[in-house]
Amino acid sequence: MTTKKPTVAVYKFSSCDGCQLSILNMEDDLLDLADAIDIAYFLEATRAQKPGPYDIAIVEGSITTPHEIERIKEVRATAKTVVALGTCATAGGIQALRNFANAEEFARVVYGHPEYLHYLETATPLSEHIPVDLELWGCPVNKAQVIEVIVALLNNRLPNLPPYSVCLECKRRGTICVLVDKGIPCIGPATQAGCGAICPTIGRGCYGCFGPARDVNPGAMATMLRQLERYPGETARLFRGISGYAPTFRTIVDDILPANEEAQ
Amino acid sequence: MKNIKVPALARVEGEGGLYIGLKNGKAVEIRLDIYEPPRFFEGFLKDRYLQEVPDITARICGICPVAYQMSAVYALENALGVKISPQVRALRRLMYCGEYIESHALHIYMLQAPDLLGKESVLEVAAEAPDVVKTALRLKKIGNELLKAIGGRSVHPVNVCVGGFYSWPDARVIKALLPDMEWGLNAAIDTVKLALTLPYPDLEIDYEFVALHHPDEYGVIEGDVLSSNGRKLSISEYENGYIEEHVRHSNALHSRTVDNNTYLVGPLARLNLNHEQLMPRAKKALQEFGIRLPIKNPYKSLIARSIELVNFYEEAIRLIKEYKPGGPAHLDLKLIAGEGSGATEAPRGLLYHRYKIDARGMVQFAKITPPTAQNLPRIEADLFKLTPKIVSLPEAEATLIAEHLVRSYDPCISCATHFLKLKIAEK
Repeated sequence: MTTKKPTVAVYKFSSCDGCQLSILNMEDDLLDLADAIDIAYFLEATRAQKPGPYDIAIVEGSITTPHEIERIKEVRATAKTVVALGTCATAGGIQALRNFANAEEFARVVYGHPEYLHYLETATPLSEHIPVDLELWGCPVNKAQVIEVIVALLNNRLPNLPPYSVCLECKRRGTICVLVDKGIPCIGPATQAGCGAICPTIGRGCYGCFGPARDVNPGAMATMLRQLERYPGETARLFRGISGYAPTFRTIVDDILPANEEAQ
Repeated sequence: MKNIKVPALARVEGEGGLYIGLKNGKAVEIRLDIYEPPRFFEGFLKDRYLQEVPDITARICGICPVAYQMSAVYALENALGVKISPQVRALRRLMYCGEYIESHALHIYMLQAPDLLGKESVLEVAAEAPDVVKTALRLKKIGNELLKAIGGRSVHPVNVCVGGFYSWPDARVIKALLPDMEWGLNAAIDTVKLALTLPYPDLEIDYEFVALHHPDEYGVIEGDVLSSNGRKLSISEYENGYIEEHVRHSNALHSRTVDNNTYLVGPLARLNLNHEQLMPRAKKALQEFGIRLPIKNPYKSLIARSIELVNFYEEAIRLIKEYKPGGPAHLDLKLIAGEGSGATEAPRGLLYHRYKIDARGMVQFAKITPPTAQNLPRIEADLFKLTPKIVSLPEAEATLIAEHLVRSYDPCISCATHFLKLKIAEK
């Protein structure tokens, strides 16, 4: 191939670095990947920085400060394709728990001088600020899916990502349903596949790292789960977790919470 | 006039900047500007059920999630007054071995070694020494495979709960890791040899070292908080010795001792205080290669990490051989209102948690003191010491040595916000 290798920039916003780390964790494929693409900007991996524009921007993290709003717009302006990497970037992630409470109060709880801080009241997905070309969910993302997304982009095709829920992964693994068989609250039926159903496989319920699946029946799920709660408010807390700010999960919690009760 | 600006420090976990203000060639002001956004984890934990805590605290750090899970479960178990079984304890140590292997291999080869080899990244190293990088990637992969075998995945594993594990990992899967582990132990010993050949910048600091100390094993999950100044506190007394405060230029809190001293946590502190408790092969490596302790050069924490890499491969091999799941994987918890603290050694240093829970098991209060918050004042103090040595150097070189110092700490900036752009400016 004589054409220029596509340039890729990897950015971090408000996040734990775990999704970027899944790129560094492609131990078997990292050197091949570095042959196939030109890593132009990836602060966690290299000091070297090439100026944009870039073919692909891969963005980890949610938008939680005024400065990040400006930065994400700059990323959009310099990249042909923007990929939101992980549930922080696609739904605000765990940081979005502040959206259901008072961020000022959190700041007072955690920091001695909240007046030194600059932050937004909400933690939001990239798509609330810029057009995003591709979203890859997961907390953390599945590295096989990251490779699939990069290969798809390099070959100018859509990535092949599972459209079904965690339930199908349980069936494939031969994992007996924890919800039906053991009465353990599990939001796998409402959650996108991608993790490999790791939680039900070890005997616990799914807690929604990969965001809402398509065609969820929220009412039926909530009704069933509420009969199985092991502590008060478990159903609401399961949905209001890692992917809690995703619209489908938000609606479920709003529907089951009485107006005067708060899950947070 | 000297003006050095690097927009953001690379090869660290998280985001921050460094400002060095000079006057007549002397540093008059040094600040590590943490611009990693504030994250309100202690706030998120309030009113969550205790079993949700390890899943939430894992999200503080993608590189050391196990540490955040372990300190949390120990603290919550102390709040409930329960004690885990020896089998669960052994599996927790094995899981921690996986995190040390993965995190140390990453830091030694991919984050710090490029500085010592005059490269921008591990990919540049790979262009010249592909076999070294392939070895590094395999060393790291084995740690991740161990984490996956126990926790379901390496980043944010899902098997850790208050009281133990959701279920015992399959013994066949764990035992199948042995050949790779044996290879890893030898490759880790080669890593020590390589570490001893690298050209570290000169810098000797009289640190107060602080680490968990356990008489019978290399301190990781239980023991006392030991200082090289002689202060020895139980984990529940930690806050009597060490104070965290909020400073203006940082979204991270800064720690100091009650005697108003900065202190160092992490691999140098652990190795210098706990080398007697190393596994036999790791201890032998210290002697065999003539490594004299204490090591007081922060850049040489890479050597301490390499010894720990040997130690944790060695301990993983022992624990895998002994692994025999038996009894319940987790305790049946009786909920009571209570308060408890827990501390474990994350790969980058001591990590302290304290929780108050109510009778329903809901968190009423959470306090988390990450290793990097404890090291930040120490990094600033080291930079003061370093600056006179580098002011006469060409700008690019001076910048690199200062950045390298910060990177040698393996700072976890995301964790501490709750980190780096370098700017040296003449005032």
